Amino acid sequence: MHIGLEQYLTVSFLLFSLGLLGVIMRRNLLVIYMSLELMLNAANLALVAFSRFNNRLDGQVLVFFIITVAAAEVSVGLALIVALYRRHQSAHVEDLTSLKL
Amino acid sequence: MKLEFISLAWWILFLPLLSAVVITLFTLRSRVVSSLLSIGAIVIGFILTLMCIHTNGFQVNVESTVDWLTIGDLHVDFGLKLDALSLMMMLIVTGVGGAIHIYSYEYMDDDPGKARFFACLSLFTFSMLGIVMANNFVEMFIFWELVGLSSYLLIGFWFEKPSAADAAKKAFIVNRLGDFGFLLGILMVWEAHGSLNFSTLQGLGMVSTVAGLLVFCGAVGKSAQFPLHVWLPDAMEGPTPVSALIHAATMVAAGVYMLCRTFFLYDADALQVIAYIGGFTALIAALMAMQQNDIKRIIAYSTLSQLGYMVMSVGLGGPVPAMFHLTTHAFFKALLFLSAGSVILGMHHEQDIWKMGNLRKKMPITFWTFLVGSLALSGVWPLSGFFSKDSILGQALAQHSASGDLLFADGVFIAGLTTFYIFRLFFVVFLNQEKSDAAKHAHESSAVITWPLLVLALFALIGGVIGIQGIYRYNFPAAGEQPANFAAALFEPFAHSPVAATLGLLAFAIGIVFAFKLYGATSTDPLPAKLGGLATLMKNKFYFDEIYEATFVRAHDAIAAIADWIDRWLVEGFCIGVIRGSTDLTGRGLRRLQTGSLQTYAFLFVLGVAVALYFVLK
Repeated sequence: MHIGLEQYLTVSFLLFSLGLLGVIMRRNLLVIYMSLELMLNAANLALVAFSRFNNRLDGQVLVFFIITVAAAEVSVGLALIVALYRRHQSAHVEDLTSLKL
Repeated sequence: MKLEFISLAWWILFLPLLSAVVITLFTLRSRVVSSLLSIGAIVIGFILTLMCIHTNGFQVNVESTVDWLTIGDLHVDFGLKLDALSLMMMLIVTGVGGAIHIYSYEYMDDDPGKARFFACLSLFTFSMLGIVMANNFVEMFIFWELVGLSSYLLIGFWFEKPSAADAAKKAFIVNRLGDFGFLLGILMVWEAHGSLNFSTLQGLGMVSTVAGLLVFCGAVGKSAQFPLHVWLPDAMEGPTPVSALIHAATMVAAGVYMLCRTFFLYDADALQVIAYIGGFTALIAALMAMQQNDIKRIIAYSTLSQLGYMVMSVGLGGPVPAMFHLTTHAFFKALLFLSAGSVILGMHHEQDIWKMGNLRKKMPITFWTFLVGSLALSGVWPLSGFFSKDSILGQALAQHSASGDLLFADGVFIAGLTTFYIFRLFFVVFLNQEKSDAAKHAHESSAVITWPLLVLALFALIGGVIGIQGIYRYNFPAAGEQPANFAAALFEPFAHSPVAATLGLLAFAIGIVFAFKLYGATSTDPLPAKLGGLATLMKNKFYFDEIYEATFVRAHDAIAAIADWIDRWLVEGFCIGVIRGSTDLTGRGLRRLQTGSLQTYAFLFVLGVAVALYFVLK
C-alpha cells in the first residue's frame, strides 16, 4: 500500500481531533495540557508531510519553531499549574471558576 | 495735541480699574491706603477730564479705537468716543462721584469692610465711565453689565443682612430682564444696519419701532422705569454714599444717557411709548413717595419720579432737556442723599423720619444743604432744578398735540407732588419738635462730610445757569438757541415758554402750602385719615411687589416646577432611564454566557473556528 499525503493528513486530523476532545472533555488540568501538546504535534505532522510532498523545506523550519515554542510554553504552563495546585489543592478545571461573577 | 487728548481719556477710564485691582490684590488689609487709592483715582480722573476740556473745549467729536474682534461681517471695536455728551457725563461721574468718594471716607470709617467698599466703588466708576465713553453698542453692553455687577456688589455690601442680600439679588435679576431686551434690540439694530458703531449708525437713521423699544428695554431696567421700577427703592439697603452715587446721580442715569446717545434710532411710535412710560413712572413714583416713612426711600422714589421726567423728555423728542435734567438732578439728588446720610449718621443710623424732628438747630449745615437740595428738586427759580424741569415742560408744551398736552399736565401735577413729598420730609425732619431721644442728641457731622455737601449745594444752586444746556446742544444742533448772556439765561424760561414756567412755579407754591399746612407742626402723619384707601395704596407702593409676587414670580415658579418635572421624570426618568435600564438588562443577560468554565470557553472557541472555516472554505 502506497502511503501518500492523504494518509499522513488523516493521521494528523485524527491526532488533532483526539487532542481537541481531550481538551474539551477531560477534567484534569495536566491531561488537558497533554492533549494540547497532542494538537500541536498533529499540526507538526501535517506540516512535515506537506513539506515532504511539496519538496520545500519551509514547513520543516516552521516545525522547529513550534517545537521550541512548545517547550517554552510547557515550562511556563507547568509552573502555572503547580502554582494553581498549591493555592487550591486541586488541579480540576471545575474548581477554577473564580473569574465568574 | 490730539494724541495727548486721547491718551488722557484712556487714563481716565482705566485709573479706577487699576485702583480696584490694586486694592483687591494688595491693600485689602489697609483701610486708609485703599480709600486714598480709590479717591485718588477718581480725583485724578476729574482733573484729567477738566484738562481735556480746557485744551480742546466741548465742541469735539473724536474716537480712539482698538480693533477688538471680527466675526464675519461683524466688526467690534474697543473705542472711546469723546463729544460734548460724553465729556459732560465724564465730568458728572468723576466730579459728583469724587465728592461722594470723599464723603464715603468719613461715612464708612467705622465699617470693617471699608477697603472692599472702595474697591467696589472704583470698579463702579470704571464701568460707568466705560458706558459713557463707549463708541459702540457691544462695548456699551459689556460695561452696562459691569455696572449691574458693581451695583449688585454695593447694594449687597452688608450682605450679612438678609434684606440687603435680597435687595441685591432683586436689583440684579430685574436689571437682567431689561438687559435681555436690550441685547435683542442690539441684535436687531445690527441686522437692520449692519453696524453697531454709534457714529456709523447716526448716519443710517432710524430702526423699526420694535427694535427701538427693545433697546429702550435696557433703559427701562437700568433707569428703573415702570414696569421694572421695583428694584430701585429696595436698593436703598446699600450704604448711603452708594445710594447717592449709583442710585441717584450716575448709574440710574445711564439709561437716559443711552437713550440720548442713540436718540437717532427711535421712530415716532417708539418715542410715543417712551414718553408715556416715562410720564407714568414719574406719576406713580411721586404718589408712592408721599406715604413713605424711611428718609432714604422717600428720596429713592423721588429719584424714580425724576428719572421718569427725563425718559418722558426723551420720548417727547427732547434729549437736551433730558440730559440737562440728568445733570442738575445728579447735583441736587446726590446732595439730598448725602444730606440724608449726614442726618442718618447724626441720628446714629435711624432712618424713620417720624423719629427725627427739629434737626435744624442740631445740624445747621445739613439743614441748609438739604433745603437747597429740596428747593432745587421742587424747581424753584433760580435754582438748577427749575431750569431743567422747565425745559422738559416746555418740550411737552411745544409738541402742540393731545399727548404732549397730556404729558405736560402730568408733569405739572408731578411737580406739585414732588414739592409736597420733599417738604413733608423736610418739615418732619428739620422743623417741629423732637420725636425721639436720638433726635435730641443728634450732632452735626464732621468737615469731610459737610464739605462735599457744600460743593454739591453750590452746583445745585447755580447748575441751571452755567450753560450746561448749551453744551448738550453741540450734540443735538437742532435743539434751539443759546441765550446770549447770564441775565438772559436767568430769565430764559420765562421768555421761551412762559406758560410752563408759570405753571411750574404755581405747582411748587401749591405743593409747599399743602405740605406746610399738613406737616408744619405735627408728630403723626395726617394724610392717611384724609385720603383713606388711597394713602394705604401709596404706602404699599400700589402693591406692585405683591402683584409681581402673585403673577410673575408665581408663574416663574410654576414654569420652573414644570421644567423640574420634565427634567426629573422625562429626561432623567424616561430617556436616561430606558437607556440605562436596557443596558443593564442586556448586561445581566450576557453575563449568563460567562460560566467561568474553561472547557465551555474552549468548546465555544472551537465551534467559532469551525463556523469560520465553514464559511471560508465553502
